[in-house]
Amino acid sequence: MELLYVICVGVTTFCGVFLCLRGRTFSVVVGLTMLSYAVNLFLFSSGRLSLNGAAILGMSDSYADPLPQALVLTAIVIGFAMIAFVVILSIRARADLGNDLVDGRDPPDTGKLIKSNRAKL
Amino acid sequence: MSLFWVSAIMLLGVFVPLLTERFGRVANTLFTMLAPAVSLVYIITLLPAVLSGTVIVETLEWIPPAGLTLSLHLDGLALMFTLLILGIGLLIILYARYYLSDKEAAGRFYAYLILFMTAMLSIVLSNNVLQLWMAWEVTSISSFLLISFWSAKSESRKGARMALTVTGAGGLALLAGLLLIADVVGSYDLGVILASGDMLRAHELYPVILTLVLLGAFTKSAQFPFHFWLPHAMAAPTPVSAYLHSATMVKAGIFLLARFYPVLAGTEMWFLTVTTAGLITLVLGAYVALFKHDLKGLLAYSTVSHLGLIVLLLGMNTDLAAVAALFHIMNHAVFKASLFMAAGIIDHEAGTRDMRKLNGLWRFMPHTASLAMVAAASMAGVPLFNGFLSKEMFFAESLHQEAYGFLSWMIPVLATLAGIFAVAYSLRFVHDVFFNGEPNELPKTPHEPPRYMKIPVEILVALCLLVGIFPAFMVGSLLESAAGAVLQGELPYYSLAIWHGFNLPLVMSIIAILGGIIVYAYRSQLYRFQAQFREGDAKEIFEGAVQSIVKGATHIHDKINNDSLQRYVAVLLVFTILITGIPLIHLNTAALHSPDQPVSFVEIVAGIILCVSAIATMIFHRKRMIALITLSVVGLIVSVAFARFSAPDLALTQLAVEVVTVILLMLALFFLPQKTPAESSPSRVVRDIGIAAAIGGIVATINYAFISQPVSSISGFFLANSKVGGGGTNAVNVILVDFRGLDTLGEILVLGIAAFGIFKLLAGVRLAMPTANEKGVPWAEDRHPPILAMISQALLPLALLVSFYIFLRGHNMPGGGFIAGLITSVALIQQYIAHGVDWIKPRIKLDYQSLIAWGVLIATFTGIGSWLYGRPFMTTWFDYFDLPFIGEIELASALIFDLGVYLTVVGATLLILANLGKLTSVHRPTAED
Repeated sequence: MELLYVICVGVTTFCGVFLCLRGRTFSVVVGLTMLSYAVNLFLFSSGRLSLNGAAILGMSDSYADPLPQALVLTAIVIGFAMIAFVVILSIRARADLGNDLVDGRDPPDTGKLIKSNRAKL
Repeated sequence: MSLFWVSAIMLLGVFVPLLTERFGRVANTLFTMLAPAVSLVYIITLLPAVLSGTVIVETLEWIPPAGLTLSLHLDGLALMFTLLILGIGLLIILYARYYLSDKEAAGRFYAYLILFMTAMLSIVLSNNVLQLWMAWEVTSISSFLLISFWSAKSESRKGARMALTVTGAGGLALLAGLLLIADVVGSYDLGVILASGDMLRAHELYPVILTLVLLGAFTKSAQFPFHFWLPHAMAAPTPVSAYLHSATMVKAGIFLLARFYPVLAGTEMWFLTVTTAGLITLVLGAYVALFKHDLKGLLAYSTVSHLGLIVLLLGMNTDLAAVAALFHIMNHAVFKASLFMAAGIIDHEAGTRDMRKLNGLWRFMPHTASLAMVAAASMAGVPLFNGFLSKEMFFAESLHQEAYGFLSWMIPVLATLAGIFAVAYSLRFVHDVFFNGEPNELPKTPHEPPRYMKIPVEILVALCLLVGIFPAFMVGSLLESAAGAVLQGELPYYSLAIWHGFNLPLVMSIIAILGGIIVYAYRSQLYRFQAQFREGDAKEIFEGAVQSIVKGATHIHDKINNDSLQRYVAVLLVFTILITGIPLIHLNTAALHSPDQPVSFVEIVAGIILCVSAIATMIFHRKRMIALITLSVVGLIVSVAFARFSAPDLALTQLAVEVVTVILLMLALFFLPQKTPAESSPSRVVRDIGIAAAIGGIVATINYAFISQPVSSISGFFLANSKVGGGGTNAVNVILVDFRGLDTLGEILVLGIAAFGIFKLLAGVRLAMPTANEKGVPWAEDRHPPILAMISQALLPLALLVSFYIFLRGHNMPGGGFIAGLITSVALIQQYIAHGVDWIKPRIKLDYQSLIAWGVLIATFTGIGSWLYGRPFMTTWFDYFDLPFIGEIELASALIFDLGVYLTVVGATLLILANLGKLTSVHRPTAED
């Protein structure tokens, strides 16, 4: 179970980081969303994975750790606020700069590379 | 009065010239002289006490817990330097009044000068090595300002920069050395350090300490191979040169050597490094001085040579040599200051400093010429002048050296050689300038300077003579007390007299004088010989080095920085991999492991769905709609996972946030391009996959590392106190609104701020509205389908009811303000989607901004409310009431706090989404909102 869990965390982190490294704002937003899933899962697991732990007092003998849950709960909401901010920022950047590139313009190296690659084809 | 007053007065004195500049040059000069004069008078009142052997120490606690104190002391060595700094400083101020033209900013000049003087005083008076170092750095900076005073000239700027670079770099080495000393000794206090000489010399770090301290001293005192900055500092106005290169700046390095003499001297290493540097500097400086046609250039190299002489004496490790060094410090300061001033007068009145043009000035300025001749005689070491006495002592000491073994004879021979050169260049200074034919194309007809401009020179020249003739009477006791401070013990026998009988040192002097005359007489042959060599200009080499460093730095900077945020992120991530990955290598894998819990089929399927959707998002990220759908699958699985692992609150929150996020991204997609063009090169993709895979792997490893450890959590406390202390059975909610209520307050505040920030970003934004999707299919005409509108309208009260229920039960069951707020938001957004802004606007009159404000206020005031009952901020209250028909109910102040959370969440979510949606309508937010 633990192994499966961390593989999922690793894969989401992997996809999130990769998307964050893209050059367009929408991909970065998606990447950030993905990363925040991974981070929340990561933090949540610090309370360990309890399958049948009670969340409410008096319902069972074994309890799930409430502290990471409380922290992750607020993290989810704050994460939403952050992603919303980035989304709006990218919309604003699109309006002001006329494109949706993270750098606001074509990065100097990639543009040239693509052109040369296309020329080869 | 105390010594601290001296510092305070001098520091205030920095501002005096600036404030009095408007009253004219004379008043300005007089007022400027006030602070040094007062300080000098005060120091003179302390003279008898210090000369009788008392060391005045004063301490002011500054930051006692950090062990930082301000401490000043006045012993013989400090006294000698203080008198030189203040005395010559006053004469320089007077001299500068006539030297600077009326157009020049004398106020600024004097301010720099007093600042420099203050820093020099602080060096010599410091009883704390950190304080000493601070003052040391201030001298570097203020001398930079002084040297570059004529900042319009390129050579001034370059000379100043060179001086600052060399002495500043030396200062850093000195700091390291002083810190090491303090570390070894255990105190920054100079008194303690001076008493721990044996310990320091025996310490294994001694060679490092010595090297660092010597680097500081040699750079400051222009010792070989750092001597090159000094001649270029001659671009300064002459009063500055006269001050910096006689009594102060360059003597700071000598002072440092003398100050730490009891601690660092006496070893083989000290002898070899200090003597060698001194000897080379002595001979090299004297030789180069011969060939300088510029008056100040000659004096500059002569200064280098004399500094080498003093350093050589200090390196000799004998008590008598140290006494001779101190004596020569005084003598050199006096005659060199007067010579620089004389050179300044000649420059000022004849318009040039080139000795090839300056000839026969005796006819035009006999008075100045006589003064310069006395000072030059002193520099040459002619009997009856003060320079002769210390030079005799130097010659005598050079004879007693044995540390070079069989090569020890080199020291007296080289000393005599330097003496010959010194006589020759002194002779040139006198003969070439004042006699030797007629002036040669001078820019103006030379004449005597203003009367008062000569007074400082006269005073100094008189001192040269008086010390030269009555040495014991003039400086005997001062030298004795200074030597006492340097040697920290018994003084050797020495006699300050002109005549010691006919002995070997006298022979050396005679050889030097005769030899000097011969060298000078045959100088034209020497010049021809020297002309064969290409003259290396230190400035060009130095500037070249500076330029190449700048070029290299620019090159590296351009390589690393291409203004691309993507690259910054990549670099950050690579460093993250390095700093998190390396410790993982050392992690002991055997230590982990409590066995995995069994995994069921459903969980495996869920895990696979999550991974597949995540990777699908990554692969299809250029098809944005598909990426959004797969992303939401990941989010849903995450919320299912929360539910599975006993976290119903989280599952509910994640679900609600998921809905809101997807709506947000859908809206964003409307405004952003719908497709991403392919633009990453294959190598970029491979690189990014590499980085991402490494990070993902590291995160998973760390996660597995701690997840398989036995748990030890502080949550036992929360579980135990949730019901009895917080009055709720839902521990998660109690933590949010009670135990960690302050955190939650901060978080809703952040949420509110983010929402307001978004609102501000959206205000006045101008966007082109797409009318069709990426394939060119126009958007549907029917913007608000009636069935959706009807159903969502009917659902609204139900949704609100659910959210109310979830809100109320939150304290005891899964739910609470966050979740209820999100549910309400989703319900309201549903109305926006179904009906459009035009329909909502007249019906739902909620002002989201004030909703956020009210939410935060309510939460804050609930916290403050506990003050009314004398409890700390955020203490909650709860009680149970028995109501007829309904039964027992619980009322808790935490519920009000949760209401604040609820309102903020609703306000923030709707402020974001509704305003983003409004962009498509006429109700778009404007800058006025």
